[in-house]
Amino acid sequence: MKIHIKNGRVIDPMNARDEVADVFVAAGKIVAIGHAPADFHANRTLDASGLIVCPGLVDLSVRLREPGYEYKATLESEMLAAAAGGITSLACPPDTDPPLDEPGLVEMLKFRARNLPGPRVYPIGALTEKLDGKMLTEMAELTEAGCRAFTQADAPLTDTLVLLRAMEYAATFDFSLWLRPQDVALARGGVAHDGAVASRLGLPGIPALAETVALATILQLARATGARVHLARLSTRDGIAMVRAAKAQGLAVTSDVAINHVHLSENDLVGFDSHFHLVPPLRGLRDRDAIREALRDGSIDALCSDHTPVDEDEKQVPFGESAPGASGVELLLPLTLKWAREMGVPLMQAIDLISWKPAQILGVPGGNLAVGSSADICLFDETAEWIVTPKALSSQGNNTPFLNQPMQGRVRYTLIDGHLDFEAAH
Amino acid sequence: MNLQLTPDGKLHHLLTLDGLPRAILTQILDTAESFMDVGEREVKKVPLLRGKSIFNLFFEPSTRTRTTFEIAAKRLSADVVNLNIATSSQSKGEAILDTVDNLSAMNADMFIVRHSQSGAAHFIARHVAPHISVVNAGDGRHAHPTQGLLDMFTIRRYKGAFHNLTVAIVGDVLHSRVARSQIHALTTLGVPEVRVIGPKTLLPTGVEQMGVKVFHDMENGLKDCDVIIMLRLQNERMKGALLPSAQEYFKFFGLTPDKLALAKPDAIVMHPGPMNRGVEIDSEVADGPQSVILPQVTYGIAVRMAVMALLAGGTA
Repeated sequence: MKIHIKNGRVIDPMNARDEVADVFVAAGKIVAIGHAPADFHANRTLDASGLIVCPGLVDLSVRLREPGYEYKATLESEMLAAAAGGITSLACPPDTDPPLDEPGLVEMLKFRARNLPGPRVYPIGALTEKLDGKMLTEMAELTEAGCRAFTQADAPLTDTLVLLRAMEYAATFDFSLWLRPQDVALARGGVAHDGAVASRLGLPGIPALAETVALATILQLARATGARVHLARLSTRDGIAMVRAAKAQGLAVTSDVAINHVHLSENDLVGFDSHFHLVPPLRGLRDRDAIREALRDGSIDALCSDHTPVDEDEKQVPFGESAPGASGVELLLPLTLKWAREMGVPLMQAIDLISWKPAQILGVPGGNLAVGSSADICLFDETAEWIVTPKALSSQGNNTPFLNQPMQGRVRYTLIDGHLDFEAAH
Repeated sequence: MNLQLTPDGKLHHLLTLDGLPRAILTQILDTAESFMDVGEREVKKVPLLRGKSIFNLFFEPSTRTRTTFEIAAKRLSADVVNLNIATSSQSKGEAILDTVDNLSAMNADMFIVRHSQSGAAHFIARHVAPHISVVNAGDGRHAHPTQGLLDMFTIRRYKGAFHNLTVAIVGDVLHSRVARSQIHALTTLGVPEVRVIGPKTLLPTGVEQMGVKVFHDMENGLKDCDVIIMLRLQNERMKGALLPSAQEYFKFFGLTPDKLALAKPDAIVMHPGPMNRGVEIDSEVADGPQSVILPQVTYGIAVRMAVMALLAGGTA
């Protein structure tokens, strides 16, 4: 299959390219940008006039809900949704049922995913058996099976000695640990940011301290062990300041935030709408503003959707009883563009946060448009306006705080490995 | 919160006092005043809500609040059905919305809802048919608006007005839906100084942003107060990480005659009940001349009649 992507604005952060050019794809690879190679006869020509042609997006947290939670979403539905969101590679956290804590489960997931259209799926292995925070998993075996890193996802790890040992062991083999900083005891029972809004609404709080106290421990252990640590889903101004300081001191940590936290805050909880029940909780405006600034200045390295499809019944209950999380693969791009517009950030820098940078954190190919690399490409219309409705979303999870909100920017085509895995209906 | 008002600004649900205009609070208090004599008549009934079906939907056990709502509804001639869901269908795993839909199908006009989760009344109000009104009878730590209103009614009866008062709310504000509703009502009605008094473990983060002054000792906090509202301390919170013991709590935050003497000589003492004598309040104070705790209960019926009459019957 040869594809000629004609007349698009090609933006490739890794190669610092931003120009109107044609892209030529053959045998799953980008074979040329600019002029067609000799004897190139396209099977398909995509008119990209007025569209942005960028690297396929790389999402660091997409819950595919398999195995175990097929009633919330299936691999088919969520991979299709991810492709519709322009995503060509995704990391899948291990909080499935059973958790991804042994090689057989990882291989099965990879096998299932490989046989479906949609993004490349990179499982993140469970750091401890059953994610119970006690026994380390067979990280080397899991790595061989295809795990790119290890994490507890949102499961608690209360025993600091286990965390120390995990870092020492991971450092031995240079495995990467993805940790979401949250002190279990300080967060216990909480469902919202411990601040003026939760106090007014009478919602049990999770203080910012839950993040910073855990972060202090993680950073100290990372310093001591030399483990490769990625800090997932930061949410507080103070936490971001700690990460910025640690980086300035030369500690090689990376970090990400979820796209919802770039736009929303505790103030959105006022109507008790359970779609705003997220993990970590939506925090104060000053936290949100710190996140927006840290993305601009590079203190935070990547944006992810933290896609969490939830069964409708689990949201149709009072706020505190609802399952946390939001569906987001199809909103990652438009919400990133929204941030860039509002902050006056160049498109190149915005795309970098959802393609090349996360590809580096995940340690996988992709996230760029170099000639000779796999043709993982996203074509989107920067100005297309649409409304977030269940019908407009491919995900099985309609749980998003942005329901019925207008979006600007929509994916038109997604190529994965040179295949047109998604094509928007016109 | 617009959810509880109709487009033309009338009360449709009563979910919280947060954000309700002063005119509506005053209208409820005035209406309650007009119902005060009904309880003293030989036939304690008015026909305002004849033919209306009111469901007491209690997802959390309660005797006192449920009873006063029941009496209030019956005095308005409504048909009342009590459902203690804490002990019935919820334990069979029925979803709240299924319960609500089933009762709506029985032509309910009003739900009186109590639930352990903050926001539960909002949740139900958002899902019921447009002709059904929801009254929040307590949701988690969030709100207990009829209690807040009956407390305002009590204060107005004894003090005449709000604009010249200093009111102290003492105790476990953190877990108290009553305190939150009182604070919103007091600030809306123009009380110039609302104080909360308690140890740091029992005051919510950022409580001062609700328009109150924070005190951690009774000596300064009670000084020159016109109204003292004592909050109930739940048994399970008397000993643990929040407080070392009920004894120590009583020593510092229990209302004794000595501490009461710090307030104005004509200060009134209130408590939403049920009281823990010897924990938050000394019996001598609870039963003393400045206590208005029993009148609060009486007024509660008139206030709940007023709320139901305004919601279901239009103007009373």
